Amino acid sequence: MKKLLLAATAAALLAGTWLAPAQAEYLKEHRGGTIRLLARSAAGTLDPHINYTDQGWQMYQPIYDGLVAFRKAEGMDGFTIVPDLAEAMPQVSNDGKTFTFKLRKGIKFSSGQDLGVKDVVASFQRIFKVSGPTSGTFYAGIVGADKCLADTKSCTLEGGVVGDEAAGTITINITKPDAELLYKLALPHAVVLPADTPAEDMGSKPIPSTGAYMISAFDPNKGMTVSRNPNFKQWSEEAQPDGYPDVVQYDFGLSEEAAVTAIQNGEADWMFDALPSDRLGELGSKSMDQLHISPLSAWWYAPLNNRLAPFDNEKARQAVAYAIDRNTLVKLFGGKVLASPVCQVLPPDFPGHEDYCPFTKNPGAKWSAPDLDKAKQLVEDSGTKGQKVTIIVEDTAISRSIGVYLQSVLTSIGYVADVKPISSNIQFTYIQNTNNKVQMSVTQWYKDYPAASDFLNILFSCASFREGSDASINIAGFCDKEIDAKMQKALDLGVTDQKAADKMWAEIDRQVTDKAPAVGLFTPKRLDFVSKRLGNFKFNRQFNWMITQSWVQ
Amino acid sequence: MSNVAVAAPRKTRGPWAVAFAKLARDRAAMTSLAVFLLIVLACLSAPLYAKWAGVDPFASTLDAVIQIDGADVPVMEQSTEGLGLGYTPLGPTWRLGNYFLGADSQGRDVMARMLYGGLSSLLISGAATIFTLILGTAAGLIAGYFGGVTDTVLSRFLDILWAFPIYLLAISLSIVTIAHGITIGPIQIESGSLWLPVIIIGIVYVPYVARPIRGQVLALRKSEFVLAAINLGVPGWRILWRDILPNVTTTLIVFVPLMMALNMLTESALSFLSIGVQPPAASWGTIIQDGQALLYTRPLVALVPGLAIAVSVMALNVFGDGLRDALDPRSKVRLGRD
Repeated sequence: MKKLLLAATAAALLAGTWLAPAQAEYLKEHRGGTIRLLARSAAGTLDPHINYTDQGWQMYQPIYDGLVAFRKAEGMDGFTIVPDLAEAMPQVSNDGKTFTFKLRKGIKFSSGQDLGVKDVVASFQRIFKVSGPTSGTFYAGIVGADKCLADTKSCTLEGGVVGDEAAGTITINITKPDAELLYKLALPHAVVLPADTPAEDMGSKPIPSTGAYMISAFDPNKGMTVSRNPNFKQWSEEAQPDGYPDVVQYDFGLSEEAAVTAIQNGEADWMFDALPSDRLGELGSKSMDQLHISPLSAWWYAPLNNRLAPFDNEKARQAVAYAIDRNTLVKLFGGKVLASPVCQVLPPDFPGHEDYCPFTKNPGAKWSAPDLDKAKQLVEDSGTKGQKVTIIVEDTAISRSIGVYLQSVLTSIGYVADVKPISSNIQFTYIQNTNNKVQMSVTQWYKDYPAASDFLNILFSCASFREGSDASINIAGFCDKEIDAKMQKALDLGVTDQKAADKMWAEIDRQVTDKAPAVGLFTPKRLDFVSKRLGNFKFNRQFNWMITQSWVQ
Repeated sequence: MSNVAVAAPRKTRGPWAVAFAKLARDRAAMTSLAVFLLIVLACLSAPLYAKWAGVDPFASTLDAVIQIDGADVPVMEQSTEGLGLGYTPLGPTWRLGNYFLGADSQGRDVMARMLYGGLSSLLISGAATIFTLILGTAAGLIAGYFGGVTDTVLSRFLDILWAFPIYLLAISLSIVTIAHGITIGPIQIESGSLWLPVIIIGIVYVPYVARPIRGQVLALRKSEFVLAAINLGVPGWRILWRDILPNVTTTLIVFVPLMMALNMLTESALSFLSIGVQPPAASWGTIIQDGQALLYTRPLVALVPGLAIAVSVMALNVFGDGLRDALDPRSKVRLGRD
């Protein structure tokens, strides 16, 4: 395991060296200027230990660093873990339960403070002190995390995260081997902040950073200004490369329609929100060179409440899976260029993915057409015909139209269905809480990191289901002891043999799909619309478009 | 013997006949009434239209293909230029019974939905008006006639209701009830029911009616015929029913078109915000919401229901004004907070 990691690091460093002259050359030519980004609203708190949004995570990439990072590279290379604030990949010992990092020297925060071991230790404690949204999941395996979760304020992670100032090392001890630990450490929730950062949600107050950029101004109602970090000196191009623009101006408040017009007129360079569906045709024909279509590791799905009639009946769930015409959903999302039909949980090109579709006219690897006769038969067999089903969707144009379509489908196979669009701000938590008795909903899941467990274990394990909680991410309430045990086995196997583990995950994917706790709808693609002047667009599979790796002059 | 003939008493018309004659002479009011009745008739024909056109205005028909001049035309057309992104719904064909106003983003016939939507909007605004008038009149009569503690309690309650911005109150009530409906004792109203917006809109406008009625009743309470009835020992409820209510009837009649117009606007606004009529049912507000996502390619989907609301509300308001002038030209009743 250790040898493998060292070899991977060496290869990554070699690749970085090879890339260096090209970037240096480009930097001379294109460095400077202001990139203007647009979004309908801010991404919530600025605090990287708390913010859990795509929008926030994308923006943090050139700003904050962790001990390790996802490689700042195009495509699938962006899934590779590289050392960031650590000099090298960690030394793994104690049967995979101890990870020792050596901290780089000479790195400063944007505030001028030197980065030290104490900052790293304090940052790990802070994840728990601020009750970070993933403190109880991603980081719960660190020794001492249980105490920190029980009493957040006095969290020390004693014996879990140990700093050695003299040696410049940080040792992380975990309770049992975790093949995904490095992924978790590379996420924004584990970035290193100054030790004196208050242990509370910093909200709109920028926190000093180590990256190439820093947040210099922020008003959640107006915008955010990100400028160069005066104390930044590039230490690893693949972990934290220098950027091209001097300033990134992120403005909030414009509608999607207005944002498209602003980009067309050259007043802005990019928009975060999805393009309005009625502009797709025009943009796809007249502004082709300004559009970038990139695959996403994401899943649009319809959780079916496995604990509530009629979907506490497996046949009723399978009936819905057979009846839904994925092509129609793809059409609603903008067409085949922007989405692909799916039946299973794991998205294409994802670890553990093997094409599988049992709920189609000709069951096999791919979805081909809905099988309404089979669906109607299953509804009859299940004895649930005529029951009332309410579908809860987000109050957005696309979700609403999917909801209306699903309502038609359910009606056609014998249910009395209606659809309720509720505010996007509350829909995701609303559908998780069992008290709301949601029978069926439409939602999406975007990967946190590239591991099959991030879909299967998180969305369908018994532990992910919490009765009466707004944070019960197993929305379907699915709990199969046998599959659960298999998921645990796959997680353990991943520590020693990731390939074999992925094979096992593929099997689990099939088993979960067969039980139809949720119906896979489609895999979306990301459509980025950029200004004519924006060059060097690079899409990273982990955190999407690498903003500061594009130039505007 | 005197030969002088006694003149026969002159036949005078009753107040209702006078009012009707006055109203009939008001061209603006009568034209508005005609326009409104046309809209009502058109909306009532919604099921017939859908049957004749052979369309289901509530089901997604994204793959439907229709015939125009012998040619097959898909209701959702995929862009064929460039990257081939997105689908555009069929535009207006201007052929009655064949996607006259085109299709929406679910491939549904907009004309059929317009008629059904109008039916929902009219039903909700009409029922909410009746609901408001009953509650408002009852509250106004009781508060104004009985006075004292009853008046204080009822008036403060109305003040509290009045203090909330109307839309905010309606939105709050809608959000609370949208997922699970309302259960009051044995009465259960399910979440998708049209009765929910009726009740919500009906409740929020009660003070609009109750306050002016209370004012009128306070004045009537001191009039001689009421005092005489009280002194004769006539029970309060009988005085309210027989002596006071008839004297506020004209005000209530004037309220009908004005409240209906107001309720129609409120219903459309709530439906536009997804908290009124629930999909796939249609109201003019939900059709505007559907059309919002098509403003760039198919602006008519949002424009037509908007125009329908504007015309209906204007017709009701102009008719209401005419009715008020006809019934009582000196009436001080005005809708508003002052």
